[in-house]
Amino acid sequence: MQLFIKKYYYGDIPDDNSGGADNITSNKNEKDWPLWEVFIRSKQGLDHKHAGSLHAADAQMAIENARDVYTRRNEGVSIWVVESKYIHASNPDDAESFYEPATDKIYRHPTFYDLPDELKHM
Amino acid sequence: MNDPLIDYTLHLADNTLILAQRNSEWCAHGPVLEQDIAITNISLDILGQARNFYQYAAILLGDDATEDTLAFLRDNREFKNCLLVEQENGDWGKTILRQFIFSNYQYLLYEKLQHSKDEQLAAVAAKALKEVTYHLQWSSEWVIRLGDGTDESHQRMMNAIEELWPYVDELFINADYENELLADNIAVDVPSLKNKWIEKITSIFDEATLQIPQNVFAKTGGKQGVHTEKLGYILAEMQFMQRAYPNSVW
Amino acid sequence: MQLQDFEKLFQQKIDTEIKVEPKDWMPDAYRKTLVRQISQHAHSEIVGMLPEGNWISRAPSLKRKAILIAKVQDEAGHGLYLYSACETLGTSREETINDLNSGKAKYSSIFNYPTLTWADMGAIGWLVDGAAILNQVMLCRTSYGPYARAMVRICKEESFHQRQGFDILLTLCKGTDAQKAMCQDAINRWWWPSLMMFGPKDSESTNTDQSMKWKIKRKTNDELRQQFVDMCAEQVKILNMTLPDEHLKWNAQTQHYDFGEIDWSEFWNVVKGNGPCNKERLEARRKAHEDGAWVREAAAAYAEKKTSKQQSQAA
Repeated sequence: MQLFIKKYYYGDIPDDNSGGADNITSNKNEKDWPLWEVFIRSKQGLDHKHAGSLHAADAQMAIENARDVYTRRNEGVSIWVVESKYIHASNPDDAESFYEPATDKIYRHPTFYDLPDELKHM
Repeated sequence: MNDPLIDYTLHLADNTLILAQRNSEWCAHGPVLEQDIAITNISLDILGQARNFYQYAAILLGDDATEDTLAFLRDNREFKNCLLVEQENGDWGKTILRQFIFSNYQYLLYEKLQHSKDEQLAAVAAKALKEVTYHLQWSSEWVIRLGDGTDESHQRMMNAIEELWPYVDELFINADYENELLADNIAVDVPSLKNKWIEKITSIFDEATLQIPQNVFAKTGGKQGVHTEKLGYILAEMQFMQRAYPNSVW
Repeated sequence: MQLQDFEKLFQQKIDTEIKVEPKDWMPDAYRKTLVRQISQHAHSEIVGMLPEGNWISRAPSLKRKAILIAKVQDEAGHGLYLYSACETLGTSREETINDLNSGKAKYSSIFNYPTLTWADMGAIGWLVDGAAILNQVMLCRTSYGPYARAMVRICKEESFHQRQGFDILLTLCKGTDAQKAMCQDAINRWWWPSLMMFGPKDSESTNTDQSMKWKIKRKTNDELRQQFVDMCAEQVKILNMTLPDEHLKWNAQTQHYDFGEIDWSEFWNVVKGNGPCNKERLEARRKAHEDGAWVREAAAAYAEKKTSKQQSQAA
């Protein structure tokens, strides 16, 4: 008998009938709590930054979950949550038309202007 | 030895340690990942409070007492926690209700204790009050959610109320050591907390469509060291290592 | 554009180290590989809570109890970050968890070994977390953005896990004879399963590995395993303990430690479900999920009630 062993990396075990128990499919078709995106202000004066996501039944629970999940090590002073379905994102296929026109407007950057060194505080 | 301040400090410590021990049983078994993390956070907060109280009691006791000798080498009859905190977790509803009952009590207790004449107790209470404020909010919201959720969750909350209410009154009866410390403004007079406690319970229960049961026979004794049988099992498990391997550093 | 063109562009992006983000085009196989790997990784974190959670109630001091609770809780957090990364690929947490509970999805076999003594908490921290960290540090540079970001967060938090494990062992090996024996016994039991965590030998692979090409993975099993052995062979000296391998020896030529052969039949047995605790671990997860069903339903029902109340008030 020839044994074929595929190369697996840690945490990457193949899908086959190996593993823990008999195949029992989930009994209920239960609905997940909605997904929320979490934004955290790490200290006063800084922007809120996307930290990750989580599940919660309502907004209050989402804020509390965010506090317990994403600020266990003093990572924040303020939390925003928004249900993920309300986030509208730009389309990556539009990247060229969206962002490239900005790349040649170098005159928008202060370094574009070559001014005499004597000029201070500008 | 009968020093009321030591007994009182141990009472405060035991209450929190035993509840932390109970809550931590949920770790890895919660109803949803986010709430597993939440109840474990509460467990950690309360364990921290217990350690602060034990460390203070150890200083008061002197000799070789440490937070660990107090937690792991005292027996059943020496523990002074209320019966409420040693009750089994039951389902999530019962755990939530116990947390709500206790956090509500702790909030009122620490609010007063932070002005205790005993500076150490006052300091621990002031720090813990911030944590408890959150526990109270969190558990209140869950009581409302479950009480006013589905028929099943409502029924489960009613069961939990029936199971836990006999242990409520004990929270508001002064033990000897508390009475002895009242005159010096060290201990909080717990009977005086009850009205406010009921007010909060009533307002949350109203929202949760739950009712406070009437004429419940109160079970007491824990604060004086007479416990339910459950505490023995908690201690057997919790103290196993220190008992099996005495005089070791971990 | 043709499919091949997309694939070519995709590979170019990978080759130039541009991260792939959720809405970007990606080959189906890339998505599938990621979903499988990330979810297995997430499950490993969650199932991994059980063998250690097992000792929370019996931790020998209050300090150790607090540390252990915090650590196991971190693992829940890590599972959560990873389930979230999985969701960015269009697989809901519910589906992913159902796959675990039904026995379809896999998790790291190491968590099917039992934790018998307190020293196991130390050995897991030092060896199991140590092995995991090598893998996770590599994964911080993985090509899929959300996975990489989750790993960065996890690595930041994980650094205390290995240290607390070593600290437990260090305390034991300075202790009584019984403690020293407990320490050595734990190392003996966890050493080989830890080496197995890196997977089969590279030489036993018959396929070219797509994961490397896609930069999901950046080091081979054997590379990582060797790195781990070299690390531990030195660290164990500080403990005054030994690793249970008579072939373990410094090789001046390769500048690495040589080590003995892994018992691969044991590895496959555990993967196939015959490990000491496979059944118990899965049952514990299933029970938690099933016992929690009414809680999740109630919270959802309450949220719905509240929303409709607000809407009728607004109207």
